[in-house]
Amino acid sequence: MTDSTVLKLNGLSKRFGPVVANDDVSLTLKRGEVLALLGENGAGKTTLMNMLFGHYLPDSGSIDVADKAGVLRPLPLGHPQVALAAGVGMVHQHFTLAENISALDNITLGSEPLLALRRNRREARQKIQAIIDRSGLTAPLDTPVGRLSVGERQRVEILKALYRQARILVLDEPTAVLTPQEADTLFENIRMMTDEGLSVIFISHKLREVLSFSDRIAVLRHGRKVGEMATSEADEKSIARMMVGADTPELAGGTMAPGVPVLSLSGVSVSGRSKRDTLSSVDLTVHAHEILGIAGVSGNGQSGLANVISGLVQPEQGLIKVDGVEIGTLNPASMIRAGVGRIPEDRHREGIVGAMSVAENMVIERLGDSDVQSRGLLRHEAIEENATRLAKAYDVRGPGVEAPARLLSGGNIQKLILARVFDRAPRLILANQPTRGLDMGAAAEVGRRLLEARERGAGVVLISEDLDEILGLADRIVVIRDGELHEAPGRDREQIGLMMAGEPA
Amino acid sequence: MIRIEPRQTQSRAFTLGVPILSAIIALGFAAIPLLAAGANPILAYQEMFRGVFGSVFAFSEVLTRATPLIFTGLAAALAFRAKLWNIGAEGQLYLGAMAAVAVGSGVLDVHGILLLPLIVVLGAAAGAAGMVAPTYLKIRFGADEVVTTLLLNFIILIFVQMMLEGALQDPMSLGWPQSAPILDQGMLPPLIERMRVHSGLIVALILAGLAQFMLARSVWGFRLRAVGENAAAARHAGINVNRSLFGVAILSGGLAGLAGVSEVAGLKGYLTSDLSPGFGYTGIVVAMLAGLSPVGVVIAALFIASVFVGADSMSRAMGVSSFLADLVVSVSLLCVLVGGFFARYRIVRASTARAAP
Amino acid sequence: MDILNILLSESFWAASLRIATPLIFGVLGALICERAGVLNLGIEGIFVVGAMCGWMAVWLGAGLWGGVLVAALAGAFFGLLHAILTVPLGLSQHVSGLGITLFATSVSYYTYRTALPNVSSPPRIEPFQPLDLPVLSDLPFLGTVLFQQTALTWLALLMVAAVWYVMNRTALGVAIQAVGDNPDSIDAQGLSVYGLRIGAIVAGSALMALGGAFLTMSAFDAFFFGMVNGRGWVCIALVIFASWRPGKALLGALLFGAFDALQVRLQTEIGALVPGQVFLMAPYILSIIALVVAARSADYPRALLTPWFKGQR
Repeated sequence: MTDSTVLKLNGLSKRFGPVVANDDVSLTLKRGEVLALLGENGAGKTTLMNMLFGHYLPDSGSIDVADKAGVLRPLPLGHPQVALAAGVGMVHQHFTLAENISALDNITLGSEPLLALRRNRREARQKIQAIIDRSGLTAPLDTPVGRLSVGERQRVEILKALYRQARILVLDEPTAVLTPQEADTLFENIRMMTDEGLSVIFISHKLREVLSFSDRIAVLRHGRKVGEMATSEADEKSIARMMVGADTPELAGGTMAPGVPVLSLSGVSVSGRSKRDTLSSVDLTVHAHEILGIAGVSGNGQSGLANVISGLVQPEQGLIKVDGVEIGTLNPASMIRAGVGRIPEDRHREGIVGAMSVAENMVIERLGDSDVQSRGLLRHEAIEENATRLAKAYDVRGPGVEAPARLLSGGNIQKLILARVFDRAPRLILANQPTRGLDMGAAAEVGRRLLEARERGAGVVLISEDLDEILGLADRIVVIRDGELHEAPGRDREQIGLMMAGEPA
Repeated sequence: MIRIEPRQTQSRAFTLGVPILSAIIALGFAAIPLLAAGANPILAYQEMFRGVFGSVFAFSEVLTRATPLIFTGLAAALAFRAKLWNIGAEGQLYLGAMAAVAVGSGVLDVHGILLLPLIVVLGAAAGAAGMVAPTYLKIRFGADEVVTTLLLNFIILIFVQMMLEGALQDPMSLGWPQSAPILDQGMLPPLIERMRVHSGLIVALILAGLAQFMLARSVWGFRLRAVGENAAAARHAGINVNRSLFGVAILSGGLAGLAGVSEVAGLKGYLTSDLSPGFGYTGIVVAMLAGLSPVGVVIAALFIASVFVGADSMSRAMGVSSFLADLVVSVSLLCVLVGGFFARYRIVRASTARAAP
Repeated sequence: MDILNILLSESFWAASLRIATPLIFGVLGALICERAGVLNLGIEGIFVVGAMCGWMAVWLGAGLWGGVLVAALAGAFFGLLHAILTVPLGLSQHVSGLGITLFATSVSYYTYRTALPNVSSPPRIEPFQPLDLPVLSDLPFLGTVLFQQTALTWLALLMVAAVWYVMNRTALGVAIQAVGDNPDSIDAQGLSVYGLRIGAIVAGSALMALGGAFLTMSAFDAFFFGMVNGRGWVCIALVIFASWRPGKALLGALLFGAFDALQVRLQTEIGALVPGQVFLMAPYILSIIALVVAARSADYPRALLTPWFKGQR
């Protein structure tokens, strides 16, 4: 029984316009097994799982799922309800929880008749409690989800799937929002469940956790399955090579002697709407020729710090100096003027105006400059020349500088922003999650530009939730937790992980 | 299964075709209510056509009717470009008209030649003032400007009635709620002898051209477009979003105020509380039909004015209610909305689930 | 003091409840739509349609409750139109709503004018009469305030309880709240986002139309042009004031009704000192104040105004 197959994906293919997201991917999953699905950003992992769950309709291929008796049956495609009923549960990277209703309501949503005049909450509660007892996934059931922590929300998501009697659980990058220690607890819980017969597909791009936790590994690259092996036979180097197609490029930064301070925050406090944008009395100094990495679990004040350095939020308390000059009124314009270059976290929402042209987006931060306007009127030719020059220098590819910026791919949008920022030779650069969602090539380009800026004498604040990225680029590491900053004494991964979790190092 | 996919590019044919097609569909749709009223649609369309193009006078009436619609259409188009939902053009129009009669009827002793410019400036200022409070409440308290501007329309209209029975009432009106007439030197001169079309139209056309130019070519227009398309990115890029919003609010209110000035100083000569048959609201339809483009506003205003003038004359000839025009106008708005959807998205028909063997 | 006399009088409180009735329907309707994540600015036009259709059905002999049903169906029809435009097509809820208001209003006016081309005074119907309940109606104070209202006022109060129950005690209500907060939560559980939203808008619009029907079938006995006079917009302000809760919606509508009743009475008291229009303006000003007071702390449904497309996340 343990060896029986519960899921077969047969030659699934999916394209979005010209982009091939999945090309003839086949996979099998056995009962009680943890299969890790590895691949870079954009390798097609999430698309594949969305087809399994019925969010996307494959262009070709089929899926078989075992029924309760263990007999494989074809799954009608493109219907999440059908996938749910067949025992497939999915925990998305972005939680699909309604925040204004309780965890219990989120869990039972959809499994009770909508038009019934009464609900049987007591029975539902008993059922959920039984699942909690079996799996160890605890969460407060009656609090509105908006007030739960990220870890609790994730457990609610998993409980949701188990409540629907999922026999196959898909977890999409579940550890991205957890501390290493929280992740370990999650893995323990998953083990408890697989011992009871649950099968798990686990999407990740973190090699270490995959090697320590899964039974089997499948690797996707450019939408194709390029390898599959038992975890016991795998090693980090060979998998990395499979994922990237070549050996992982090492970012050879080397060390540099830090120069004068270019940014200093002293006693800066922001009381934000939530924990993610709150800072409590933060001190921070960044020097020229220095990349400072801000490590931390998502939502611990990174947004607050980024908002202050971007000039989006005026702190209630504290002093901010850029290049030794105190910034009185803090706003984006004053920070730009002071020589701060900002790479925003959400490049679509804050980085570009999608409906405006690439050329216009390239000058949007310096509308006052005399080569952009004269007497209030735009100098179209100069703006276009500027864009052509920058597009060439920074390799921004797309349908041309007069086309709307939204037509660019994610990587090219990021290059547009890099071009706009680096072209002004800023004294300080704030890079907030600069490689999130980019493919390896574009991510490496971002890293190269940051190192180049450091070479030139700029200071860089690199905020990232990817500890590997920080370890690869930063000269100095500071951990952010609960809106406070703590200097990391060294570069020890374990120790930084403990600091991120708030345990005494 | 049917899926909705965004289009990569928007063809020019679509941006032009959608409003034209919408207008045609809306006119065609009018056949249904015409039949319901027992009228012969073909005859009715003929009457409407004659009412618009039948004579120079008929067409001059269309131009007269289009003039306030260009102003209110521009007011809506500019505000909507910045995603500022000014639905209060109706009230701002009355504010402008009120200011015009207040200074124009001889209360102030102004030298003849200066009176008209003064009326225009003060009318625009009064309309602009009507947008200050809603914009402030939006920025400061997050109060939805749709609701505040809509409610202000009612407040202002009641205020107008109050003034027409009070401070602004014409002593010669024998108790009738109407203002004293604007002095002759304060009137916008007519364009054609013995016709009602007046030079307010020229002002409207110039402003439309200017708005088009400024939107595309000026830093001010750049900021406004950026704020409207993505306020978060505009703010991040150092654009003062609130200042841009205030700027466009004042401009939008001012344009609506000019619609009022143009009606009292170009056409009626005095103010009554039925000065506008909903020009402010119709301006929203004009702006949407125009795809929020200032030059498009002129064309859309001409179309809608034609519908109203044509329907009026058809109504007189055939006894069908002239509310038909309002029907056509509202249907054209709904059509252009749906058309805008097809310009931005396409519906892809994907074959449904294929059962595996 | 005069104001105290007014506040203590039975007729004042009876009038407050009467004036509040259409608003109760309207605020509840708007509440349902917005809880599901869709702003319905068609409300003003749907009031007009409800008023016209309900009245005309009765005038044509459908009976009073037949009129109520016709009004609700007409409201549901225009709600469905708004729902199609804003939910599967994801069009601007602001513009679509205004379009629905213009469309519904012009359809109503055209229909009325076409059916009654040459009437000088609008024809009248026999409207709902106050429910004269034995014993209860004779109670001091409460008898007049509560038990001499028409059946439609009772229906409105019943609807407050019904909407509260559905929203807070049934799976459907939980789902509507969820779809207005995060549609993905509904989709991921295999429920239909479109179905829930369209259903909520249709039901909410039917309620709005009853607010209009009250005007022609209970408050008055005929249909006039311009009779809705911004009541729909007032409801949109009140629903924010009510922070999307049925109980507070009732409270908001009653406060509004009380204020309106008070101004009418004050007008007769001190009307000589202040122009009457000041009193007429007061309700609209009050709505704006209520909106401003509530807006800052308002907990908007998170997905309000945001369209959702299947298969795009």
